[in-house]
Amino acid sequence: MISSRARLFLALGALALAAVPASGDRFWMQFLGKAMIGGIFAMSLDLLVGFAGLVSLAHAAFFGLGAYLLAGLSNRYQLAQMALTLPICMAGAAAGALIIGWLSLRAAGVYFIMVTLAFTQMLYYFLNDAPWFGGSDGLYVALRPLSNPIAAYYAIWIALVAVFAFLLLLLRSPFGRVLIGIRGNEQRMRSLGFPTRQYLLAAFVLAGSLAGLAGYLDANLYGFVNPALFGWRESGLVLMTVLLGGKGTLHGPALGALLLALLQQQGERLTEHWTAIIGAVVIAVVLFLPRGVAGLLEARRA
Amino acid sequence: MTLSLFALQLLNGIEVGLLLFLVASGLTLVFGVLGVLNFAHGSFYMLGAYLAWWLAERTGGLIWAVLLGVPVMLALGWAVERFAISRLYRRDHLSQVLLTYGLVLLFNELQRTLFGNDVHGVPAPRALDWTVSLGEMQTWGAYRIFTSIACLCIAIGMRQIILGTRFGMRVRAGASNGEMLEALGVDVRRLFSVLFSIGTALAALAGMLAAPLTTVFPGMGESVLVVSFVVVVIGGIGSIKGAFAGAMLVGIADTFGKVLLPSISSAIVYAVMAAVLIFRPQGLFGEAQAR
Repeated sequence: MISSRARLFLALGALALAAVPASGDRFWMQFLGKAMIGGIFAMSLDLLVGFAGLVSLAHAAFFGLGAYLLAGLSNRYQLAQMALTLPICMAGAAAGALIIGWLSLRAAGVYFIMVTLAFTQMLYYFLNDAPWFGGSDGLYVALRPLSNPIAAYYAIWIALVAVFAFLLLLLRSPFGRVLIGIRGNEQRMRSLGFPTRQYLLAAFVLAGSLAGLAGYLDANLYGFVNPALFGWRESGLVLMTVLLGGKGTLHGPALGALLLALLQQQGERLTEHWTAIIGAVVIAVVLFLPRGVAGLLEARRA
Repeated sequence: MTLSLFALQLLNGIEVGLLLFLVASGLTLVFGVLGVLNFAHGSFYMLGAYLAWWLAERTGGLIWAVLLGVPVMLALGWAVERFAISRLYRRDHLSQVLLTYGLVLLFNELQRTLFGNDVHGVPAPRALDWTVSLGEMQTWGAYRIFTSIACLCIAIGMRQIILGTRFGMRVRAGASNGEMLEALGVDVRRLFSVLFSIGTALAALAGMLAAPLTTVFPGMGESVLVVSFVVVVIGGIGSIKGAFAGAMLVGIADTFGKVLLPSISSAIVYAVMAAVLIFRPQGLFGEAQAR
């Protein structure tokens, strides 16, 4: 799936990322930490979009669930130990994915997209309107599991590498092969005796819990959560990250997250109309770069 | 709940549903015939409302604003179809979602630049500034009556056009088999452009009519888009009849939810959608498309 040269570049990139804290530069650590979280988030969505063929707009909901659960545990129960809070937050995101996935996967194709968006938006309104979650202002995370910035950075780095390796192995396993088969032709896989809906639901829950991991790391890095994490703009943005990087490649979306973070940072600095820039880039990528940056690199080599 | 309060809520629910139908019918028609899921549909509603406010301030009334604004939005719809949507006809859902998502970001920026980010109220036309009393306490605004009747007329007109004219016949043929329609010599490209700009104008008109009732604010397009999705999922995508039934159901459920269960009112329409998904995943009037 990945050529040996690409593998070398990925390994070098990972090592370079690991070396960043040595420079001691706070800004770059925060920036790259955010970009790596985006990478985890986008790779988990790539499992659905690129491999299982499911275009989900609910992914920000699970990111948000992971983040809000950490805020809740830390503020209400003074729980911060990572060994305790991380499994709870990921399990919470997985539970959310199980409910939303079970309902949404009853619908196929374009219905699935609309239903996932609707449920995400329901959670958004709920957190925005309900008074006990801080409303639209959001919440501070009182006790962070990893308040040391260097520790937080390395936790993100480890999570990024681990999620990449995990997904790579998963996709090589029989389970991953079935998912790819479903993307190709769901009818055929069902005729072959695979309960396709259960497979897709399993992938949806798995991807949701990894998105929860990304949300957890994000809440830890910033010490702050707000309902905008759930918004459909976030869901759209991560979908765009996957396409920008190259769907169905796994390393592409991680690269896409880095590019998008750079674009966002530069855009914000250049003009207050930077959402228009993002909008224009989304349109340009769809029209001219449907295989993403990874596809571009591949094509150049070929 | 007294009878008069019940009647008032029912009438309000129908009115909300009728406005929603204008938005959802465009969404479902565009998907049914063009095969494109348009996330920017809510933006047309929002732009319509802002345009109504801007024009009403300058021309002195909502009626002029509608008369001038609808052609502008028809033209915008035409341009969007020509330059963006038409490139999506042979593309997958992911491309459609993302390209129209990009359009949403652009339209939001357009609104921010042209009209600013403030919340505005639009006065209803002076001729409609009276109320009808229902029972001892409740009154029903004339503008709401007017809006309901106008929407109902449009809905009936749409039905007559789709079932009774040559253009409507082509629309129905396009929905069931576009390639065959093209092979029979119909200019499908033009049909698509016309249909898309009509859908745009319907959404914008709904925004214009809703402006005096809900005020005009930046996020209004996105919330109406999501509710329209709920309507379309409930009714079955591609079906005008389904959009009408879904819009009524959502409008009434939402209005009664706000009165009876205010604490969880925002979740009620989604609960209705979940129930439909469990018992009839293809929607009330949709063709079998369940997984």
